[in-house]
Amino acid sequence: MPDNASPVRQPAPPASSKDLEREVADLIVQALNLDVTAAEITPDAPLYGEGLGLDSIDILEIALVVSKQYGIQLRADSEENEHIFRSLRHLSDYIAAHRTK
Amino acid sequence: MSDVARVAAALPAGQHVLNVCSDRYRFTVGFAAGLVRGKVSLLPSTHTPEVIRQLTLFAPDVFCLTDDSKCDIDLPRTYFPELTGVVAGGLAVPAIDTEQLAAYVFTSGSTGTPLPYKKTWGRLLRCVHDGASRLGLLDGPAHPGRSHTIVGTVPPQHMYGFESSVLLGLQTGSALCAERPFYPADICSVLAAAPRPRVLISTPVHLRALLAAGIPLPETDLIVSATAPLSHELAREVEAAFGTRLLEIYGSTETGQIATRRTAETAEWQLWPGVTLTLKEDGQAWAQGGHVEQPTPMCDVLELTEGDRFLLHGRMADLVNIAGKRSSLAYLNHQLISIRGVVDGTFFFPDESHASSTGVTRVAAFVVAPDLDATTLTEALRRRIDPVFLPRPLIFVDKLPRNGTGKLPQEALRELAARHLRPPT
Repeated sequence: MPDNASPVRQPAPPASSKDLEREVADLIVQALNLDVTAAEITPDAPLYGEGLGLDSIDILEIALVVSKQYGIQLRADSEENEHIFRSLRHLSDYIAAHRTK
Repeated sequence: MSDVARVAAALPAGQHVLNVCSDRYRFTVGFAAGLVRGKVSLLPSTHTPEVIRQLTLFAPDVFCLTDDSKCDIDLPRTYFPELTGVVAGGLAVPAIDTEQLAAYVFTSGSTGTPLPYKKTWGRLLRCVHDGASRLGLLDGPAHPGRSHTIVGTVPPQHMYGFESSVLLGLQTGSALCAERPFYPADICSVLAAAPRPRVLISTPVHLRALLAAGIPLPETDLIVSATAPLSHELAREVEAAFGTRLLEIYGSTETGQIATRRTAETAEWQLWPGVTLTLKEDGQAWAQGGHVEQPTPMCDVLELTEGDRFLLHGRMADLVNIAGKRSSLAYLNHQLISIRGVVDGTFFFPDESHASSTGVTRVAAFVVAPDLDATTLTEALRRRIDPVFLPRPLIFVDKLPRNGTGKLPQEALRELAARHLRPPT
């Protein structure tokens, strides 16, 4: 974590994985202007293809939001990539484990 | 060449190939193997089950060449063979007749049947040769005697990726990076690993994502963008960020690439040698000459300026272009109302204030279908149209604001949209 990051600008760390899931769902809905509310995204439903129906442009948009908000650069060549977008829960777990801010 | 020979030997008897290899090198070897065996590549704009069905009507002997063991395309499948290095004896580089039919590319058409366009090997070569000359890739004074390395973020099956990565590589003897990097961090690492001089073949969507990612960008010797026009400002930002020139290419599936511009310096496009544009009385521009096989109407509103220069003023009203996938509202509407249970429906393309952070605007749809729910309808559409055109949002209404003659006035549609669509936050 960079030393010069001001503590007041850091988002408050969510109390639990449930809160982070909700926060990520909110980000997705906002970034993609989706027609559903964050609460309507089932944590275990697929994000890609069927399920929420996201496509590769959406995944790129989410990657941008995730890099801005949590300081994570997603990589397609990492083994985890396929798992990350399997569901909201997978994505949130990945963020929780790798966030730098 | 020994890889080409190995794959050529593995191809079945069918005359038509649907090459879906995602690895750019395998795609290229597969394409070359098809050429050597006198086969024709089919390049449709999407691989939905409906389009695959149409392809089998167009060419009943079509087979699918794939490098993905999970490929579920409903055609006889040939798996890309294991490449085990150089075969003894090798193979001489074959001379391919310029009149040989190399590929059919398809546009979505407006009536539900994809429209085929013939591409002979000679015309493809001439197009890519003229393009390479415009991009300065034929003889690089900065790096004499050294060929370029091409990194592409576009799939080799897309007309732009086909011309500007696969064929450009074959034509200029450049090295091709087999990967198709996706995330900004991937693109940067593939670029950084590519020997210089290196060229990035990309799109406005990926260039915006690269700028927005806020990561260090590797020095690059040329950036090429196509699929949708870049703004002057974005082009300048890209040039500043990569410390190099950015050239944009203009073209269409029907004509191939026909013009270039350096967007940071001028809004005017310059036609490639031999290609000319003529405005017909109805205001539509037609391209001909050079590598363009026959006079072909362009689907954009063009203003001819001086000599071989022109300005681009957006697409014709009916056309939709989302991140390089092109369709027409007429086609999308036809697919929508062909679904059982849909009483009436129309797609709607919102203005650019609805664009996302990578600059993409999605289509919305209004539908009258009292007995269908959104999930069922979306799944039915997914079988028929490319996923980028799936309506977002899909809005159920009691009826559409049709006028006395049954037409849908744009004004009434815009009012309906204003009530239902919200701009992105």
